[in-house]
Amino acid sequence: MTSTIVARVKQKRIAELIASGKRLDGRGLTDYRDIQLEAGVIERAEGSARIRLGKTEVMVGIKIDIGEPFPDVPNQGVLTVNAELVPLASPTFEPGPPNENAIELARVVDRGIRESKAIDLEKLCAVPGKKVFIVFVDLYVLNHAGNLIDASAMAALAALLNTKMPKFEVKDGEIVKKPGYTQLPIKNYPIPVTFAKIDNTFIVDPWLEEEEIMDARLTMTMDKDSKICAIQKGCCGYFTKEQILEATKIAHEKTQELRKLVVKD
Amino acid sequence: MEVGILANADGSAYLEQGKNKVLAAVYGPKEVHPKHLAQADRAIIRCRYHMAPFSVEERKSPAPSRREIELSKVIREALEPAIFLEYYPQTAIDVFIEILQADGGTRCAGITTAALALADAGIPMRDLVAACAAGKVEGHLVLDLQDEEDKKGEADIPFALMPHMNAITLLQMDGSLTIDEFEQLLDLATEGCKQLYTLQKETLKEKYVTVGEEEGEEEVEA
Amino acid sequence: MPVFYEKKDLVTPGDLLAEGDYIPGDNTYKEADKIYATRVGLVDYTAKKVFVIALKAFYVPNVGDIVIGKVTEVSSGSWVIDVNAPLPAMLRAADVLDRSFSRSRTSDLSSIFDIGDLLIAKIVAYDRTRPPLLTVQEPGLGKIMRGQLVEVTPTKIPRVIGRQGSMVSMIKNETGCQITIGQNGLILINGKTPKDEQLAIMAIRQIEEESHTSGLTDRITEMIKKEKGE
Repeated sequence: MTSTIVARVKQKRIAELIASGKRLDGRGLTDYRDIQLEAGVIERAEGSARIRLGKTEVMVGIKIDIGEPFPDVPNQGVLTVNAELVPLASPTFEPGPPNENAIELARVVDRGIRESKAIDLEKLCAVPGKKVFIVFVDLYVLNHAGNLIDASAMAALAALLNTKMPKFEVKDGEIVKKPGYTQLPIKNYPIPVTFAKIDNTFIVDPWLEEEEIMDARLTMTMDKDSKICAIQKGCCGYFTKEQILEATKIAHEKTQELRKLVVKD
Repeated sequence: MEVGILANADGSAYLEQGKNKVLAAVYGPKEVHPKHLAQADRAIIRCRYHMAPFSVEERKSPAPSRREIELSKVIREALEPAIFLEYYPQTAIDVFIEILQADGGTRCAGITTAALALADAGIPMRDLVAACAAGKVEGHLVLDLQDEEDKKGEADIPFALMPHMNAITLLQMDGSLTIDEFEQLLDLATEGCKQLYTLQKETLKEKYVTVGEEEGEEEVEA
Repeated sequence: MPVFYEKKDLVTPGDLLAEGDYIPGDNTYKEADKIYATRVGLVDYTAKKVFVIALKAFYVPNVGDIVIGKVTEVSSGSWVIDVNAPLPAMLRAADVLDRSFSRSRTSDLSSIFDIGDLLIAKIVAYDRTRPPLLTVQEPGLGKIMRGQLVEVTPTKIPRVIGRQGSMVSMIKNETGCQITIGQNGLILINGKTPKDEQLAIMAIRQIEEESHTSGLTDRITEMIKKEKGE
């Protein structure tokens, strides 16, 4: 069926199950779907990864370029994150410039990476104030089956860990490439956990139909030291303070679990 | 804070908070054009958060930026829970927020002002929404960060609340905080919102109280 | 059963009005056992019900209401009328024409009522999911040919009418004007001279501003008499 409207009868069933602690696909309230993560899938990109979170599929490509730094941080490289909700990913995605959902997705993933200082941007500065490396993170959603934020952020982190940049030296204010490559300097590993609130019960990793009936959504991103680096409440309902603190506890646990899948030493 | 300051809008409000100058206007409920956007069982809210080109130090292009698009979405989602949308199916309620001068915390100021404008328009609401940011600057936990403090600080939490239900309708965060600090900031932000809520209520009542006072004077003269 | 406010106290959306076994009336809602205001207004209550008289609200159609509206669209089988409500109202061709309507005579519709015409009509059907349906098939209804139109916020209409029509009767008597009141906030005034009409309009404007105060009928009567030079 091309319509993504969830039939009312099914809505009720999903909500009833959740109230009793179970989900339609058999998961527990704090269980993630199966995750398959593969890095280095696009050779032409400096870094890449593809994730399958249940049926949600996102590909992330990293490209590195040279450019000017922002005037207020002249000795730092530049990070820019963009998201495409590719029309083939869902009957609800239309071709065109990024809509508010694509923009929100990109900015939330960006916040996690930026605020946790995952990329050592100072190491990407070649000539302060003039020439720095720009890291382009492009999130490409290939199939939307719920929870694009977590899927995209984990794939982005995997892609960044996979990214190689050319070795370089600075001669006369110009960047000169040397032979060989070096890993992109990564020093933190932000992982988000997204919750959906359905009738006052929390579930993590909502799949598409759960997202359609949820009252509110909360994403918490934590870094490797379990410090919170980004939060985004979404969708049109609300949370109480107690619910948020409960979510924080679950996120604390889950981010550590999920990080192990992405960061392999 | 002031309400009813724009003649054409169904509801309007103006707020000055520190150096922030915010204007909000509400039109509706009204017919939705294009019709395919209408929802059969409820009103839709369309929200536009926009910064005037002269509102910031370096002139900002009038075209909507990615930030404005994201903020328009989160502001809409912060106001929606307060409104009885199901009372007016197939209609739209338009909320316009213009930041005339900006100094940090504008999305929160925008929400506080928009809630006033909605009430001024006579749109039935569960509660008003008050918004305030809390954060960490130079190791201290603070309320209502200015632009400088936000840029140089360690964390910023934009926050909005429907006070009588203690319902948090906006929650974002960027920076770095321990879970403990986060909890403290939630409390701080809640306090800030409750103070703003009191001011919002006074502002809505002010419009009608002054007329009563005039009447009192008449009686004394007679 | 506690009510937390005095009658005629000013309340704002979200204010807790009462707790207990009350029925939530106009401009309130009930959650658990508590009744809250949904609009800015004056709270009032009876032994069983708590309600708020809203100071400002847009018009929501009620079956049986007399309304004044403006034709905004003429289509092949009906007119679309703006009645100052969230959705525009509809007047079917069949309501006006005795014979069964044949579509080839489309031009006929705009010769009866055209875009921009003002009508007095009655609401015969309305449920929230569809536009309100109007009729002009009753005495006193139909196209407005002359007069001045005043718009007030719909919540003030009861005040303009007054208890058992006392306020509007007084204005009619004192100014000699014919006054037709639309529940949707529009009032039609037809006087013998423009000055009479102006007087009536002044009275209505003052009522709108001071609607929440007491002794209004007397004050308005005084004001009109003063203006007439009595």
